[in-house]
Amino acid sequence: MSAGPRDFKANAATAIADAGLQRALAGLPGGLVAQRTAAVARCPEFEALRDQGRDIRDHTLANLDLYLEQFETNAKHAGSHVHWAATATEACKIIADICAFANAELVVKGKSMVSEEIGLNAHLQRGGLEVVETDLGEYIIQNRGETPSHIIAPAIHLTQADVEADFRRLHDHLQKARVFHDPADLVAEARAILREKFLAADVGITGANFLISETGSSIIVTNEGNGDLTQILPKTHIVVASIEKVVPTLNDAATLLKLLARSATGQDMTAYTTFATGPRRAGDLDGPEACHIVIVDNGRSEMLAGDMREALRCIRCGACMNHCPVYNAIGGHAYGWVYPGPIGAVLTPGLLGLEQAAHLPNASTFCGACETVCPVKIPLVKLMRGWRTAGHECNGGAWPLAAWSFAARRPRLYHGSARFAAAILGAIGRSSGAFHWLPFARGWTRHRDLAAPQGRTFQQLWSETKRGVPR
Amino acid sequence: MSRDAILAKVRDAVSGAGGTERVTAVHERLEEAARATGPGAARHSMAEWPGQFQTALEHQTAAVIRVAKAADIPQAVAGYLSSVGAAATLRAGSDRALASLSWTEAGVSIQPGAATAADAVGLSVALAGIAETGTLVLASSAENPASLAFLPETHIVVIDAARIVGGMEEAFDLVRGAFGRGQMPRALNLISGPSRTGDIGGRIVLGAHGPRRLCVVVVDG
Repeated sequence: MSAGPRDFKANAATAIADAGLQRALAGLPGGLVAQRTAAVARCPEFEALRDQGRDIRDHTLANLDLYLEQFETNAKHAGSHVHWAATATEACKIIADICAFANAELVVKGKSMVSEEIGLNAHLQRGGLEVVETDLGEYIIQNRGETPSHIIAPAIHLTQADVEADFRRLHDHLQKARVFHDPADLVAEARAILREKFLAADVGITGANFLISETGSSIIVTNEGNGDLTQILPKTHIVVASIEKVVPTLNDAATLLKLLARSATGQDMTAYTTFATGPRRAGDLDGPEACHIVIVDNGRSEMLAGDMREALRCIRCGACMNHCPVYNAIGGHAYGWVYPGPIGAVLTPGLLGLEQAAHLPNASTFCGACETVCPVKIPLVKLMRGWRTAGHECNGGAWPLAAWSFAARRPRLYHGSARFAAAILGAIGRSSGAFHWLPFARGWTRHRDLAAPQGRTFQQLWSETKRGVPR
Repeated sequence: MSRDAILAKVRDAVSGAGGTERVTAVHERLEEAARATGPGAARHSMAEWPGQFQTALEHQTAAVIRVAKAADIPQAVAGYLSSVGAAATLRAGSDRALASLSWTEAGVSIQPGAATAADAVGLSVALAGIAETGTLVLASSAENPASLAFLPETHIVVIDAARIVGGMEEAFDLVRGAFGRGQMPRALNLISGPSRTGDIGGRIVLGAHGPRRLCVVVVDG
C-alpha cells in the first residue's frame, strides 16, 4: 500500500481486496465496541461526564496560552526542562540534541502519536541512534516498517500468525524449533527481549495523554507498564506532547481519564495511569536524573484559530474509528497518515494541508456513529462537511456536483429538473429496476447499481401526502 | 524563540474573549481545583468502599487479602507467595511501618532498595485506594520506589482500609493533603490490575512488561 493520504482511493481498494487484513479486521474493532458499550452501561453518569469533558476541553482551548504558561512554570518548578517546537523539524532537532547531550546510543520509547506525526524515529535513527518501540503493538509494526493502523491498537491489522512469522524472522538468535501455542508465548518472548532494552537504554521517550497546569505533571496511560519502565529506568526522560494536551487541574484530568479508558478499551481504568512530575528527588532510589518536556505546535495553533478548533478536543481514545463503518471496512493504513478514521479525516487536512488530504473527509457515510460515541462530543460530521466544502471550493470540485449545487439553490429549477430526470430515468429503467451504467455517473455505477426512479419525485409525493391524496 | 512565537499565535487565535477576564477565569479555575469534585464517583456509601474496591480489583484479576491488623501482613504475604509458587524474598523501600513488622517469623526476607531486574517480588504501600475503579494510588519516594511496581513479576501492595475513598477526586484530595496544593511526588502511579496487553490478536495476556500478578493486602484495623 503506497504512502500518503493522496492515495486514499487506491489504498482503500487494496485494503478491501486484502484477505489477511479483512480477517484481522473481522472481530477486533467490533470487540472494542462491545467492551465500550458494557463499560458505559456500568457508568450511569457517563453522559454527564461527556458534557463535562467537552466543557473542560473547550475552556482549556479558549485559554490555551494561559494554561500552557502555567504548566511551564509549574513543570520548571518541579525541575523539568521545558522546550517549545513550532514544527516537526524543530521538535526532532530538540529531541536529537537532548539525546546527544545524554551521550545516548539506545533510546526506548513508549507509545506516542505525536512522535509518529513528527517522524521522530526516522530522524533519531538517521543520527545513528537505536530506537526501540516498547508498546507491544508498536514494537510489532516498527519491525515491519509500518505505521500504526489504529491509535490505541496499532497492530490491529495483524493476526497472531503474522506476528509469529515476524518474531521467527526477527529473533533469529532464538531456537528455531520453539513453539508458540498462543499469544502468551509471543508476549513472553517480546517481554524478555524488550526488558533487556529497558535496562540498557540511555534515554526514554514517552508521549503524554495530558499535561496538568496545576502541578506541571505529564500523564501517560498504558496497560502494559512499558511507559513506566521507559520513564523510570533510563537516566533521561523526554516527554513529547502537543500543545492541546494541557488540562487545568488534577480534577479535570480525572474527568477525562474516566472517559478515556471506557471509550478506548471499555475498561473502567487503564492498568497504569502515571503522573510524572520532574526528575528524581533528593533521596529517591529510582527515576530519571533529567526530565525534558517538548511542547509541539506543528499546525495546531492554525487549527485553533480556524473552524476546526473542536477537533483539538480529541483525547485519542479511538472510539470514533472503532464505530466507523468505513474504518471497519478498510483499516487504518488506507488513510495514509498517522491518524485514521473520522478524527483522522478531520485532523489530517488540518495538519498536513487540505491539498494532501482532500479525500479523507469524503471517506464517511455521515452516519454519525463517531459523534454519538466521542467522549468529548467533537462534531465530526460537521467538521468533515466543512473540509468537503473547503475542498470543493479550493479545487473547483467535480462539475456535476457544481451543477447540482447551482440547481439546489434554485428550488423551481431544482424541482423541475428532478421531475424531468425522474420521468426520463423511470421510463428507461423501470423494467430492469436499476442502472448498471449511466453517463456522467460512473463514479457511482462503477461500484453499485443506481436504483431507477419509480415515478414521482419525493417532493411530489410529499405535497400529495400533505394534501391527503391517496397513493 | 519558538516559545514566544507559539504562545503569540495561540493568543491571537483565542483573543476574542478579552484579556483580563480570561486571566481571572483561569486563575479561579486553578484555585478552585482543590474543592471541585466530579459527578457520582461513589455511588456507594463509605462503609461499602472497601468491598467495592475489592470487587473491582478482583475483576481485574488482582488477588485481594483482608487482614485485621498490620501485624498480620507478613503471614498473609507469605501465604500468598507460597500459593502462587513465588520465592519468599521481597524487595521493598524504606517504609518504617512495613520494616517494623515480623517478617522473619513469617519466613519472608526483605531486601531494601529500588527494584532490580533480578527481583521476583516487589512490596509497596499505597497512599490511597479508589473504590469505584479498584485503583491503587502509589506515591514514589525512597520509602516507596516506583520501580517496585514495574520490574518484579509479582507486585504486592499494602493499603490501610481507611485510605480507600470513593472516587479519583477524593484520592487527589489525599495527595494534596500529603504533598501540598499544586505539589506532586515525582511519580504518582494509579494502578488498576496487573500489566496486560491485547495487542496480539486482541486476546488479553497478563504480564506484558510489568507484573504478571498483583496482590493487594487491605488492613482493616
